[in-house]
Amino acid sequence: MATHRISLTVNGSTELLDVPSQMTLLQMLRDKLALTGTKNGCSAGECGACTVLLDGEPVNSCLVLAVECQGASVVTVEGLAKDGVLDPIQETIVDHGGVQCGFCTPGMLISSRALLDRNPDPSEDDIREALVGNLCRCTGYNRIVDAVQDSARRQAGKA
Amino acid sequence: MSKHTPPNIPHPIGDSVPRVDAQEKVTGAAIFADDIQFGPGLLYARIKRSPHPHALIKRIDVSRAKALPGVKAVVTGEDFPGLTGLYLQDRHIFCRGRARYVGDPVAGVAASSEAIAEQAVTLIDVEYEPLPGVFDPEFGATPEAPLLHPDLGDYKVMNFIFPQPGSNVSNHFKIRKGNVESAWAQCEAIVERTYRIPHIQHVPIETHIATARVEQDGKVTLWGSSQSPFAQRSLIATALGVSPSDVQVIAPYVGGGFGCKAGVSMEALAVAIATQVRGRPVKLRLTREEEFYTAFVRQGLVAHFKMGCDKEGRLLAMQNRLYWDAGAYTEYGVNITRASGYSSSGPYDVPNVSTDSYCVYTNHPVGGPMRGFGMPELHTGLEQCIDELAEQIHMDKVAFRRLNCIQGGDTIVTGMTMHPTGLNECLDKTAAAIGWGHKDPPSAPNKRRGKGIALMWKAPAMPPNPGSSAKVALNEDGTVTVSVGGQEIGQGSFTIAAQVAAGALGVPIENVRVATPLDTNYSPYEWQTVASRLTWSMGNAVAAAARDARQQILELVAKAWNEKIEDLDIVDGNVISYKSEETISLNKIAIYGIALPNDQGWIGGPVLGRGSFMPTYVTGLDPETGQGPRAVVHYTTGAQAVEVEVDMDTGKVQILRGVSAFDVGKAINPNMVRGQMEGGFVQGMSTALFESLQLKEGVLQNPSFVDYRIATATDVPKDIQSIIVEVPQDDGPWGARGIGEHSMVPTVAAIANAIFDAIGIRVGAPPYTAEKVYLAMLDAGLVE
Repeated sequence: MATHRISLTVNGSTELLDVPSQMTLLQMLRDKLALTGTKNGCSAGECGACTVLLDGEPVNSCLVLAVECQGASVVTVEGLAKDGVLDPIQETIVDHGGVQCGFCTPGMLISSRALLDRNPDPSEDDIREALVGNLCRCTGYNRIVDAVQDSARRQAGKA
Repeated sequence: MSKHTPPNIPHPIGDSVPRVDAQEKVTGAAIFADDIQFGPGLLYARIKRSPHPHALIKRIDVSRAKALPGVKAVVTGEDFPGLTGLYLQDRHIFCRGRARYVGDPVAGVAASSEAIAEQAVTLIDVEYEPLPGVFDPEFGATPEAPLLHPDLGDYKVMNFIFPQPGSNVSNHFKIRKGNVESAWAQCEAIVERTYRIPHIQHVPIETHIATARVEQDGKVTLWGSSQSPFAQRSLIATALGVSPSDVQVIAPYVGGGFGCKAGVSMEALAVAIATQVRGRPVKLRLTREEEFYTAFVRQGLVAHFKMGCDKEGRLLAMQNRLYWDAGAYTEYGVNITRASGYSSSGPYDVPNVSTDSYCVYTNHPVGGPMRGFGMPELHTGLEQCIDELAEQIHMDKVAFRRLNCIQGGDTIVTGMTMHPTGLNECLDKTAAAIGWGHKDPPSAPNKRRGKGIALMWKAPAMPPNPGSSAKVALNEDGTVTVSVGGQEIGQGSFTIAAQVAAGALGVPIENVRVATPLDTNYSPYEWQTVASRLTWSMGNAVAAAARDARQQILELVAKAWNEKIEDLDIVDGNVISYKSEETISLNKIAIYGIALPNDQGWIGGPVLGRGSFMPTYVTGLDPETGQGPRAVVHYTTGAQAVEVEVDMDTGKVQILRGVSAFDVGKAINPNMVRGQMEGGFVQGMSTALFESLQLKEGVLQNPSFVDYRIATATDVPKDIQSIIVEVPQDDGPWGARGIGEHSMVPTVAAIANAIFDAIGIRVGAPPYTAEKVYLAMLDAGLVE
């Protein structure tokens, strides 16, 4: 089985890895780098639990091959907090009760972060649209939507 | 006794404190079963499954699989003769001689990679002799149906389950209250309806995952995504013929349970395979496709209802025949049959009730517990029939329910006296919040609006004596560690444990830690994380443990200060004396005790409180009548109402608003209670509009998220209101009772009633997809 040497940035840190041709980005993150915060819910790009930022865009990491990530920058849930300070979306999702079992949470946070990065003032419909690929079975979604809105407000307040 | 907490310090009970597990879960630090690292020694398991819904297994040839490089073990049912099951032991770990559903495990492989294990599975040759199957529970209950479990009479069974050997009925639960036959003549109106409720799936976002290691001496360690580590310890020990204390189950956070990770299912496969590769951890991870039909599913139901009322609207009689499509093995489903039987009147005071609830073996996926435990399935039809009765006698549907709904002191369907309950309050508040009786114009000319309401009740369904226990230990910094055996599956049980400990002991919530992960070697016993029983039962155990620790601390300080315990209190992490006005922080005494004056030595030492709880008052029921003094511990009751809009061009049903009100006794954490109500409402809404396992001759047609759709962020109404009603439970901590499951029980019925209000059609079986609603409108001549 052919392996490929790739270098990429994961959560700001440079990694040099040998990855098999068929290895997905999700497998690379979890099995090679032990970044298990990114979850595997379906391996088919249908649930969004494995969402990460790839060069700033939210992607289902189960649908991306690791070899495609040569030179790329990847951000996972572990990369949202910096120096012990949570990202606003991590704070507001707790404040609004948007976390229950927590399995969809990493993907939700990443999709939310991606939305707020490209649109700092999203409407409620924008938020729902941005989260439509992230399935949650516990919360009923509304508290997560509220958290994203609140996060946008807090960010605007700081700016 | 202790004085009241001074008002400037928030009491942890009734305060919406943040979840204790939230920080871990938002940073990616929270460990789930798939995240545990086992190193390079880990083996991977895959399962060979039956492609036939019902077949004899004539021969299994594993030689080619065994010869594949990297394969470490191949096992079949030959290796594991033991039966297991929670209420009825009807299940082998792997098939022995007969496969009973598509997906039934026939053989298992352990290999050095998942890919090799997968390839090995394809090299196992199995010769089947297909047999005719049972795909309808009503047919399955007849003598003409092929017999799926010829050995039913030999299976071990709990004494409140009544199998009928020689048939496919593995439990027949009966209610005979009053005299239904003589009551029909007094009825002004009678409604008779049949509802077919499809199988659905729990759909936790985390699939089932289990890793097992078996040592040379036979000791078993299992790491799994589990609602029930202690039940798994017991059931796996039974299946393998080892002692429960030789099985250690370690259960980290669960990524959604909803019942499917209760009892034991695929975990036994991992353990069984691990017995053949001793010393090596073996990991089995269900794919999403496997999750849809090889994990527990929610049973299907064919329900025949007949009910009648007099001209004033008083319910006089109910006759229910419930045929549960329980699947290939009914070890858990037999008790869903029982629970739906003993609650079969719904939350109504009905003098004459006759119910036959049948658990029927079919060649469908294995039915198991799912949020609501039979109650959503029952209420879906029952609450529509209630609407129809009210219509027939031209009575307002809320008024009809108010007249008949259960109240404290009523003699309920099993003969038990109902405890105080706030159902009437839930009904009135829900009706007021939805604007009952007022119809808003639709948002567009091609749309029609309607409102619907439904009531519910549900009791925890369990054996009469399920126990809880807890430990509360003081740490040297004055913080407290609470140990429980109840699992955190998202419902917030760890946060409740922390709040109850804080409240009972007298420390701030920030000072309480919860010991994780659950581990049967260290965690105190808990029967299972099911039945919405933890806040109540585990909460009682935690409160008892905290009070035990509190007593130890007060005795110590009273002795040191030469004061009476009655004059002391623990407030905000300090022991205080109301008499001497002395105060000492718990961190000064927690582990090392208190020094006596003049170097005379020390008193005290590490403080460890222990507590347990078990209901002692649940009685048996007469097998012929279902009557007995106390069938259950209590009922949580509630109401939901919705406003919907139906698109006449497409049949699409849009939920505009939802309102819930439930009597939770006491909301320990109001925000989390509302979170349960909202989440349950949306799960119920999702089952109402989208969800159905499409089974054709036992073969699932839609095992993916593309073909089995669940609600997404764009489907959910913005306006979901959750109202907390608090009529205290006499034996609950601070009066609390459960809420987790109840919130999806009345949802489908409320939506169906609202659709009727909008378009005047009873669409029948859920889900109410656009296609089904449009075709119903076409049939009724409403559209052309």
